[in-house]
Amino acid sequence: MTLVAVLFWILAGFTALSALAVTFTTRIVRSAVWLLFTLAGTAGLFFLLGAEFLGAAQLLIYVGGTMVLVIFGVMLTASHPASSLQTNIAEWSLALSVGVLLYAVLCVVLFSVPAVTDAPEETSRSLLASKYLGSALLGNSSATPAAWLTGFPSEKPLPRTRVHYLLPFEIVSIHLLVVLVGAAYLARAKRRPETKP
Amino acid sequence: MIPLLAEATSSGWITPIGLHHYLFLAAFLLVCGLVCMMAKRNAIGVLMGVELVLNAAAINFVAFARYNRTFELEGQIFALFVIVMAAAEAAVALAIVLSFYHQHHTVDVDNARELKG
Repeated sequence: MTLVAVLFWILAGFTALSALAVTFTTRIVRSAVWLLFTLAGTAGLFFLLGAEFLGAAQLLIYVGGTMVLVIFGVMLTASHPASSLQTNIAEWSLALSVGVLLYAVLCVVLFSVPAVTDAPEETSRSLLASKYLGSALLGNSSATPAAWLTGFPSEKPLPRTRVHYLLPFEIVSIHLLVVLVGAAYLARAKRRPETKP
Repeated sequence: MIPLLAEATSSGWITPIGLHHYLFLAAFLLVCGLVCMMAKRNAIGVLMGVELVLNAAAINFVAFARYNRTFELEGQIFALFVIVMAAAEAAVALAIVLSFYHQHHTVDVDNARELKG
């Protein structure tokens, strides 16, 4: 338990400080690098939470794919040196006050949530969470645990029905394909009207 | 190191990690992303704020999947969908930003006022 706590505090501090640096760095390239560290810290938190496949997917897709896209975007849109993109004090103070207020509201709400820590049987769980993830995606009914849905009145509990996520997974993959084709269409180099013969 | 840790645990300096810790961290990331979206004038900086908010949501999903056994699979699957959606959103947003840059030669979001009412 202590190892988990120490790892959590290290990873959470790393992630939170990197997120702060993303917000408060003025240079956009440095902001992208801090965002890279934030995403890597989030992947570490996923590993700590026992979601190994998600941590690997976060590293592969986010850190390897999306961040490369963002950095290419930064490189392709080098701003003119004369035009400064600095935010003035009024906008900073407005954004910061809204952020602090929102965090205060969220903290008040979170303190009213009952505390949940590890159940005692969870210390010996297997490391093969990706196996159950794959079974659930395939609609294998043995992957969904027999349990009662929480959040309902206790005198009338609802049994959870069988769930399968193969169709949403396919929809998401087709969505990604369509979106990438659309992005390639949008970002293509257009011929200027004056250069037309 | 280890006896020190044990002492710190027994004296209450290091509490066991629960759902709350992850929720507070995710709320912090959400607020950072929101401030980033509001304060940055570079369109790619705004996009980075959106990525931070999506990461906060994914942390919440996985934390609930870990601490509520009923939704173990759902939390992880929806976090996976969040990651894929973030990739799609980043691709489209960058394409729009590039197209905007080709027309206006800047990525300042304050210059995008053609649809302003």
